[in-house]
Amino acid sequence: MPDQLLFAIEVALNGLMTGVLYALVALGFVLIFKASGVFNYAQGVMALFAAMTLVGIQKGQVPFAHLINSIFGTDIHHFGWHVPSIIAIILTAGVMVLFAWIVERYILKHLVNQPEIILFMATIGLTYFMEGFGDLMWGADLKRLDVGLPQGINDMIDITTAEWFGYGFFIDNLDIVATIIAAILVAGLILFSQYTKQGRAMRAVADDHQAALSVGISLRFIWVLVWSLAGFVALVAGMMWGAKSGVQFSLSLIALKALPVLMLGGFTSIPGAIVGGLIIGVGEKLFEFSIGPLIGGATENWFAYVLALLFLVFRPQGLFGEKIIERV
Amino acid sequence: MLYREAGDFKTSYGKDSQTFPLKFDRWAYWLLLVVAFGVVPFFINDYWLNAVLLPFLIYAIAALGLNILSGYAGQISLGSGGFMAVGAYSCYKLMTSFPDVSIFFHVIISGLITAMVGLAFGLPSMRIKGFYLAVATLAAQFFLVWLFNKVPWFFNYSASGQISAPERTVLGYAVTGPLATAPAKYLFCLVFVLLLAWMARNLTRGSFGRKWMAIRDMDIAAEIIGVNPLSAKLSAFGISSFYIGISGALIFAVFLGAVDVNDTFSIQKSFLILFIVIIGGLGSILGSFIGAAFLVLMPVLLKNIMVGQLGWPSDLAAHFEFIIVGALIIVTLIIEPHGMAQVWRLTKQKLRLWPFPH
Repeated sequence: MPDQLLFAIEVALNGLMTGVLYALVALGFVLIFKASGVFNYAQGVMALFAAMTLVGIQKGQVPFAHLINSIFGTDIHHFGWHVPSIIAIILTAGVMVLFAWIVERYILKHLVNQPEIILFMATIGLTYFMEGFGDLMWGADLKRLDVGLPQGINDMIDITTAEWFGYGFFIDNLDIVATIIAAILVAGLILFSQYTKQGRAMRAVADDHQAALSVGISLRFIWVLVWSLAGFVALVAGMMWGAKSGVQFSLSLIALKALPVLMLGGFTSIPGAIVGGLIIGVGEKLFEFSIGPLIGGATENWFAYVLALLFLVFRPQGLFGEKIIERV
Repeated sequence: MLYREAGDFKTSYGKDSQTFPLKFDRWAYWLLLVVAFGVVPFFINDYWLNAVLLPFLIYAIAALGLNILSGYAGQISLGSGGFMAVGAYSCYKLMTSFPDVSIFFHVIISGLITAMVGLAFGLPSMRIKGFYLAVATLAAQFFLVWLFNKVPWFFNYSASGQISAPERTVLGYAVTGPLATAPAKYLFCLVFVLLLAWMARNLTRGSFGRKWMAIRDMDIAAEIIGVNPLSAKLSAFGISSFYIGISGALIFAVFLGAVDVNDTFSIQKSFLILFIVIIGGLGSILGSFIGAAFLVLMPVLLKNIMVGQLGWPSDLAAHFEFIIVGALIIVTLIIEPHGMAQVWRLTKQKLRLWPFPH
């Protein structure tokens, strides 16, 4: 096989892996949007906050250390213990549930019946709040996240492909793990929403708030549940991205990567989020690989958006979205 | 009596659609203009100009623009930063290509160029609505910023990739470049603010404004009663981009003097303008000004209190600024989704009936 083609295949494969990570973030959006009609811009910052909390708990950082030190003139930073990864992950999941409860209690409850766009803007406000709050709590420096996920080039694939094609594919172990975890997560979510009582209630709420209320489903409980689930998805996404490129502010920008994925896949469809993520992941890598050098590179920032925009002009509800029916 | 009319005595349509029905308001308006043009320029210094007045005036223009699009026509846009960049770069290209033409026209023409770009990015609004459109406008934001980064023609092949404003004068006074004085810069921006606010007010209460509001409230219903959605939506995109382009040109030429497209026109700027509009009040001219004043003054105030008074490190103050801005947006939306302008309207309503509750 010609080298150029092999190289393109490698790029596409890596694009698929990145796409899985995009899909993971997009999944959180879809969950919340389906159940509460809130387009949650804060999903990215939730991933950042979850990753920060995970690192903070793991390393025994003192929350608000910077603030305390500034006010009282002390000099404390760490409790001086290290928490095992698995316990830290469970504790962080607890924090995300608490976060979900606070969001429901203090924001969503007061915004019931507002137009969707107002809710969207409230989540942008929440994003700003969480950005400042996360930095204040755990510090704004770049942190390394290490929960024992394998990293580096996968030797097996490298050697096998080298034998077959005379060219070793470079595929990161972390990406493979992320793909497997994402698959498990999606399967779990689908099983949960199809076969459990709470899952059914969740789908009922997504269908019609009032009808769900009238058959005795607690809207507020479902919202807390959905936001907790989204927080959990954010934790997984934050863990993957954090392990890949460190925990820092730019992690929250993956929300911006997930938006075109959503547009492409449709806001209401879980398979759409996955397929959209894969299309965008492969598309932007291949575009950067083939056309990028001709027009100056760094096309990844906008390619996804332009692709989604052009796509939407022909199919306004996205690939798998429900058909938009409007009545006067 | 106390800030109210005695009753409803209007006998003509002209009187009914007055901007300031109260004599008190009219007087306050003229007084404000006199102070802004006649008093402030004599007392202005560089700190007040750069920290408060220029950002306030320029963001107010941008907020007026976004308010036309989002508040009146109901099309949410997250691409303001990109459109500002178009204004700034076209102003730069005009200033360097036609040095003999007055900067005043350069700024206006950059607004018109931005309007063209806005029209192009507004076209998808025919098919896409709501969130999908809001996300689609991000395409403009990212694509335009990338374009100005990568195509050297836009920054005249300068090595740093930055653009910096050469010195230009209006009526013999320098308004751009290092020699420009504070009063000249201030008055130059103030003239634009006044003209554009006047234009916005008259557009929004005329047939354009009524079409936009019909589209905002329910576009299909508007179409049925004879509003052409194509012309209404595109005119909103065009006019809004015109305003945002002018504010971008002013930010570049007058306020900052030199800009780097990644820092100045990032998505944060788009959000800032959106916040100004939300906190001030969607669909209100006054709201754009209140919102701009609020979001410009608040960081200055917070910084003075936390860094100046309490002696905290400035990064800590920056974190608190994020927290407070975020919390304020949420609280504003919960208490009054129509923004501070609505609070003002309600206060006026209350005062009119005072001391009787009904």
